[in-house]
Amino acid sequence: MISAFGAGVLFGLGLWLSGMANPRKVLDFLDITGNWDPSLLLVMGGAVMVTLVAFRPLIRRRGLVFEKTRIDAPLILGAALFGIGWGIGGYCPGPALTALSNLTAEVFVFVAAMIGGGVFARIVSPRGTGA
Amino acid sequence: MDNFTPVSALAGGVLIGLASVWLLAANGRIAGVSGILHGLFAQPPGERVWRAAFIAGLIVAGVAWHLFVDVTPRQGFGLGWAALAGALVGFGTRVGGGCTSGHGVCGLGRLSVRSLVAVTVFMAAGMAATFVMRHVL
Repeated sequence: MISAFGAGVLFGLGLWLSGMANPRKVLDFLDITGNWDPSLLLVMGGAVMVTLVAFRPLIRRRGLVFEKTRIDAPLILGAALFGIGWGIGGYCPGPALTALSNLTAEVFVFVAAMIGGGVFARIVSPRGTGA
Repeated sequence: MDNFTPVSALAGGVLIGLASVWLLAANGRIAGVSGILHGLFAQPPGERVWRAAFIAGLIVAGVAWHLFVDVTPRQGFGLGWAALAGALVGFGTRVGGGCTSGHGVCGLGRLSVRSLVAVTVFMAAGMAATFVMRHVL
């Protein structure tokens, strides 16, 4: 539990340092026809550089199995809807949660709606979703 | 591209990667923030403690950041748009089984084709939605 908290703190600091917690910066990245800001490519690149090295041996050692490998309709539909919401608001889940510390109405509304959207998805499609 | 901040972006990304490795090494969990959040509200409850601890960490990181850095939060973003965006993100990540962290940072890190497809789709959809928001509406 302490390690999960610590990982959350480190993850959150990474989001702030990188600029991901700032929705304007995220939208400047997604706005490829505007004054494009490629920074977030480096955020993803830096993070994946680390996970590429460390994940495979850790997964093997822990014996974790990822059952879902199929490219199916829920994957595509869900990713598309998530992307649209991301492109409207400029928040994905991690940045939205850490940006609660801004104490602005927009981020509280966003997070409440995000939780509601997840609960609703569970109701309409109780199986086959899960992270 | 005058807004390009390569050093802080890369450094922040490395921290995010290290945090994901930490959670996997210590807890055997994938740092997919949408999955961690949705699991907190799913029935049956499952293990809620580590999920709540991780999310508390995210929020504490934000509070700590505000203590040392002058943050100017966005103003004037419509709350209707915020609600629509949040609902789509919550619904979409639940159905699609992940977000920027779960499919992006962690999925790409374990070379999952499924995650690569998801990342491609949500990046493209995000770019399309931002184009409409900024240049059409």
